[in-house]
Amino acid sequence: MKAANTYVGSPVERVEDWRFLRGKGQYIDDYKCEGLWHAAFVRSAIAHGTIRRIDATAALAQPGVHALITAADVPRPIPTIPFRRPNATMDPYAQPVIAADKVRYVGEPVAVVLAASAALAEDALARVVVDIDPLTPIVDWQASEQGRTLLFENTESNLATVFTATCGDAEAAFRAADYVRRETFGVQRQTALPMETRGLLARWNAQTGCLGVSGAAKLPFFNRRALAKMMGLAESAVDYIELDVGGGFGARGEFYPEDFLVAFAARQFGYPIKWIEDRREHLMTIAHAREMHGEIEIACRRDGSIVGLRGTIHVDIGAYMRPNGTTSVRNVAQFLAGPYHVPNIHVESRAVVSNKTPAGTYRGPGRYEGCFFCERMIDLAAGDLGIDRLEIRRRNLLTAADMPYKLPTLVPDDGFGKTACDSGDYRTAFDRCVETSVWHEKRDLVGKLIDGRFHGLGIACFIEGGASGPRENARVEVTADGTVAVYVGSSAIGQGLETVMAQIAADALEIPLECIRVLHGSTHYLREGFGSYGSRATVMGGSAIMLAAKNLLAAFADAAAARLSVPVADLTIAEGVATAPDGRVVTLADIAGGESLVGEGSFSNSKPTYTYGSAIAYVAVDPKTGHVEVLDYVVVDDVGRVINPLTLHGQVTGATVQGLGSVFSEHLPYDADGQLLVGSLADYMVPLATDYPNLRAISMQLYPSPNNPLGAKGAGEGGIIPVGGAISNAIASALGPLGVQPRELPLTPPRLWELINDAGSSATSAQQPT
Amino acid sequence: MKLPSFAYACPATLSEAVALLAAHDGEAKPLAGGQSLMPMMAFRVALPSLLVDLRKIPDLKQIQISDDGVRLGSMVRWRDIEDDVHLAKAHPLLIAAIAHVAHYQIRNRGTVGGSVAHADPAAEMPGVAIACEAEITAVGKGGNRIIKAADFFLGALTTALEPDEIITEIRLPPWPAGRRFAFQEFAQRRGDFAMSGVALYYDPDADGRVGNAHVGVIGVADRPQRLATVEAILNGRTISDATLAAAAEAASAAVDPHDDIHASAAYRRSLTGTLVERALRSAAG
Repeated sequence: MKAANTYVGSPVERVEDWRFLRGKGQYIDDYKCEGLWHAAFVRSAIAHGTIRRIDATAALAQPGVHALITAADVPRPIPTIPFRRPNATMDPYAQPVIAADKVRYVGEPVAVVLAASAALAEDALARVVVDIDPLTPIVDWQASEQGRTLLFENTESNLATVFTATCGDAEAAFRAADYVRRETFGVQRQTALPMETRGLLARWNAQTGCLGVSGAAKLPFFNRRALAKMMGLAESAVDYIELDVGGGFGARGEFYPEDFLVAFAARQFGYPIKWIEDRREHLMTIAHAREMHGEIEIACRRDGSIVGLRGTIHVDIGAYMRPNGTTSVRNVAQFLAGPYHVPNIHVESRAVVSNKTPAGTYRGPGRYEGCFFCERMIDLAAGDLGIDRLEIRRRNLLTAADMPYKLPTLVPDDGFGKTACDSGDYRTAFDRCVETSVWHEKRDLVGKLIDGRFHGLGIACFIEGGASGPRENARVEVTADGTVAVYVGSSAIGQGLETVMAQIAADALEIPLECIRVLHGSTHYLREGFGSYGSRATVMGGSAIMLAAKNLLAAFADAAAARLSVPVADLTIAEGVATAPDGRVVTLADIAGGESLVGEGSFSNSKPTYTYGSAIAYVAVDPKTGHVEVLDYVVVDDVGRVINPLTLHGQVTGATVQGLGSVFSEHLPYDADGQLLVGSLADYMVPLATDYPNLRAISMQLYPSPNNPLGAKGAGEGGIIPVGGAISNAIASALGPLGVQPRELPLTPPRLWELINDAGSSATSAQQPT
Repeated sequence: MKLPSFAYACPATLSEAVALLAAHDGEAKPLAGGQSLMPMMAFRVALPSLLVDLRKIPDLKQIQISDDGVRLGSMVRWRDIEDDVHLAKAHPLLIAAIAHVAHYQIRNRGTVGGSVAHADPAAEMPGVAIACEAEITAVGKGGNRIIKAADFFLGALTTALEPDEIITEIRLPPWPAGRRFAFQEFAQRRGDFAMSGVALYYDPDADGRVGNAHVGVIGVADRPQRLATVEAILNGRTISDATLAAAAEAASAAVDPHDDIHASAAYRRSLTGTLVERALRSAAG
């Protein structure tokens, strides 16, 4: 008999890679069809202004230009992009799918040119005359909070929403505390930067009245619902089709203005319409993220026990509240305390609009930022209190005795108001990380100048939420040839979904992996689905598949019992074969040859999972250039249960490198007029494959999650969360002799050099009385 | 980011290429690898009506090493330089410098002549040309002429070339045995545009005193420049800590960079001093 769990937990190579590595992937731009029209977008060149006139005469006269769409062509009221989690205050801040009267950021769609090729469409862009009367642009959170210029009519402020996370009595705790410190921190604007830019191909079938939209990602079912409503179509008349996707990281796959405009154009003109976003467009239009400034206070006992955390965090969400615009705002408030036991918390997180590209999620939304704030604060407190940096953390980390640990209550609820850490002893990952990094041997090097570089060590600890609800659905169907089709509502964004889902299905059905086909590419496969976000696909989709497989095996048992004329209870079922007491057998294929053999499963969950871990960075800082070399970086997490160690290791390592890009180089700066100052990957400096060779990622599975049948926890984001904290703490320790304390990211070489220089000159002026 | 429409020609001879450029009155551009020109066209910053591809023209791809020095044909690619076993001895500074040129894929296509004609202020090859007093040979409808590197680079993306002129060769003077040299560059990631870069060499005498110092910098002005004040400090002195400090200070004082989104002028100025110091330390061994 086949041993249970052969695939789950094994380093199964990705089934997708055969396709990808041989150039057989099918991405949106690989799809072509007859009679295709190409779209290009006229985008606002002004950050804030009133549209006076759009003149397309010259553009329409260009060769190959078929048509042009402006707001005047879209039926009123112009649809706005729906929120995933609406609340009472946000409605006025929603984005119309095309700018009609006002523009609010550079890059906002004003018109769509449709032409015989993408190049001809682009040629015509420059011929479209758009007259805009400029209004005062708001380019930072302070100006937005002051509210002298309001971005939206019928509002009284630029504050789109406020989240408050509370537990205990913060005010009393701060009043009674032995020690209190207040600090201001900031994180810069960035974007997730999937390597494949967005793209859409919409086809309208006039005979059937059906719309097909290829190029979906992340959450096709939500987007289908949104689009169907905007276009006055039944959901069943719209199919969102997901092809291979070259990365998502939270940004790709959300509903954007182009999702409506491309589909609308397809129906309007009856031709298939294709749009492939270019990189310059991508940088100015895909969701931005991370821009936050926090005024944070910590209260401790003399022994380093944290008794309180409070603060106000200002989140610049850009020009509009997008579907998932609340996620980072919510998370930074609720998860500011990270993996630590903090009995009294009061954090307010304020989302303000500005004349910049609207923000959304980026891997570890709000958690990366909050972890940076919290971990920097803990190091500063440890220094003040004269407590070892490891000791102060170990003292406050959650233990198994704390589980389930209630997290701060969130108002408004946003679906996550009351949540609890599910399982684990957070010191185990911490201890393993400290041991693996050889902290105790390296600690003597901290602050030492060796061959012209200061050496430093830093640590940060984190939790990662996963498995967000409400549910996911799957259907498992045996075909006559004995192969099994697994339909799941999760989406593949390059993370190896097909492999992991096939592993889970193969084990649940006790059949070889090669017999499984995972299908997730169409909203017509299942009645309802959710997708891949918030580190949910493996837990939610995988659990749904387990339930579907169980139901399938039950149906198989019933059918086999009938075929063999024996009671179900007398059958032995293993490896897809039902055996009667007398030795007669019936296989899955035998039954599927004659009748339908299907199992459906739906996994509902209101309790997220919490992966936790620690990261330690060992760095060398060149004080003359501000360059930081990461000599060693160790991250240890506990993911409850490892489904595939290879793909998991890839997730954690990749997330870590992304985080290093966030810390050292990626930045989306704007000027005072609201112009985005980067337009290509020469200026937006994402890490290259060879930049950070010294990374180690270890995943443990000591404490399974009690909240799902797999025992697994979401694990796609954890790697990125501690990077800002760990690296900046390492740099602070390296530059301890100079008194440098980073409070703002990114730490590019010039910025770090400036910090070093400022510290040096203030030290000099302190020494020289004037 | 699709290319605007343009005509394309791929002539087989230099005279044909020159005639095509001359006939288009400044609207035509030679294509010599295209690693800067094509992105500029995709961004619609450059809009030539005709591209004259130089890839089929014979003799532009040769590397010649003789007692007169090194002659690099304008269509020699970075990759060709890396692969040439003789250049490491014939011009080690060139080898050191071009290791910093962009990335692998770009080095397979980008050319010496393309880089010099493009005249990006942060590019390595123009820095080497300035530091080494290279000569640039160009041919136009008026015939051949030789332009000294010092007279060639006029500003950012601006050179002494006439619209109908094509670079045929870059001549680097001979490299004597015993010459000390170094190339140092700092960029945020390897292969990015230099925030500052230094190409330098000198010929020490029997007592180790510096002679014939040549110091060129890139990325800190609108064109590559020689640092005469630094050279003056170095000549006649031995490489000591005091010399290094004086050279670094003079280098920082000699450059006048601008702020941009990546770095402040103050940073670039300080960085240039640091790189000069490190280059000299490395050259001295």
